[in-house]
Amino acid sequence: MKHMTEEELIAYREGVAEQQASMSEHLAACQECRSELERIEAVLAALDTLSVPDPGADYGRQVWKQIAPRLAEKQARWWQIWFEPRRLAAAGGVVVLILVAFLAGRFSKRGVPNDNVANKEQVRERVLVVAVGEHLGHSERMLIELSNEAPDGPKQRAVNISAEQHRAEDLLQENRLYRQTALQEGDAGLASVLDELERVLLDVAHSPDEVTPAQLEAIQKKIEERGILFKVRVVNKELQQRREATTPAPAQMDSTKRERNKV
Amino acid sequence: MNRMPQNVDSTQAIAESDAIAVERTLAGDRDAYRVLVERHSHNVFRLAYRMTRNRHDAEEVVQEAFLRGYQKLGQFAARSNFGTWVYRIAANYAIDRMRQRQKEDGRRESPRAETGDGMENDPLNRVRDEAPTPERLTQSIELRKQMEQALAALSEAERTAFVMRHWEGCGIEEIAAVLKSSSNATKNTVFRAVQKLRQALQPFVESKAHARAMGTES
Repeated sequence: MKHMTEEELIAYREGVAEQQASMSEHLAACQECRSELERIEAVLAALDTLSVPDPGADYGRQVWKQIAPRLAEKQARWWQIWFEPRRLAAAGGVVVLILVAFLAGRFSKRGVPNDNVANKEQVRERVLVVAVGEHLGHSERMLIELSNEAPDGPKQRAVNISAEQHRAEDLLQENRLYRQTALQEGDAGLASVLDELERVLLDVAHSPDEVTPAQLEAIQKKIEERGILFKVRVVNKELQQRREATTPAPAQMDSTKRERNKV
Repeated sequence: MNRMPQNVDSTQAIAESDAIAVERTLAGDRDAYRVLVERHSHNVFRLAYRMTRNRHDAEEVVQEAFLRGYQKLGQFAARSNFGTWVYRIAANYAIDRMRQRQKEDGRRESPRAETGDGMENDPLNRVRDEAPTPERLTQSIELRKQMEQALAALSEAERTAFVMRHWEGCGIEEIAAVLKSSSNATKNTVFRAVQKLRQALQPFVESKAHARAMGTES
């Protein structure tokens, strides 16, 4: 009987042999080859005892924390942004606002010679102002409620913030859409505030449903330290002023943008 | 072979969920990538540690693999498996890291300081250590040391092939892609790796087995 070579035995052991079945048959009949295979297996079994350190249950989170700041914002394919299921709702709202603005423009300015370019600019501006204004209002209310959350008494060990957490998840989707729109519109100041808001919303959305009083305090402290409520109020007030101005001149809008971009 | 055993349904569910996360990331949702990172970090760490034999390097490999994965995500074919894909990136980077480490160690005059139980250090340095005395070390520790040395003595390709095939259960084609080699050449690399390990370790393994049989193992 021709014995198996070392190469064949190793290939068989590592499951890369071409004729595994015929080798199995040979091994079943040949004591010498079986012993040789056992000696190879003993070495491999010893190697299997080399341990790999456990990086910890939250290792994935740690890796994300370390790499997230180094990830550049991916440039979305333009059509994909609008087909994100949760963004469709926000996009739908924007479409309705465009229609309203368009119809309002048609009926209110009939007979008046229009500058088309300026008009389109105004519509876009108006859409952004109205939609973002509402979004900021909702975000502000959620953050105020979260800031006012407190345990009922010293004995309460957990505070349920699931309502704020779910609202933050929803707001997060809208926020991304508006931030991208603001960037496309060249409104860097607004985009910057929305970016800061996004970080806070992300923190809240990723918090557990129930937090300890200490965790709640940490979240509230973070909100306070970032001054996000103040920034949201300031921007929202400014957007209200822009909304209230019936026919703002493009030059005025540009100067407002420039002012905020300086902040 | 330690790649997580999963049933077909859960593997398929993970692959589908990965595909959705990839699509969302490509659509500009950076946080969707977080799902992929959190899901695959442990497996990538295990591969990286087994290849580099060094925790610090392994952690660096994990981070770099996910960063590169994010940058190259546009090249990721939708029909592929993200886990396998990022694994390949990690293996490639681990090979680069091992080469770099070897160069650094070659330039360094004095061996690196030992820390902890010594498992975290580059095994190449331990090869230069004085032979441990039987009084000082148990046979198990001695065998472990020999195993680390034997693994360190493998070429990068051999170590990669052995780790990916024996411990991670990767297919020959997958390993061949990392090594940029043919299937047959990769099979030969696996063979050479096991053969070298056997030559280096068999005397120690058999002596330990003999001691166990005699009841003298400490």
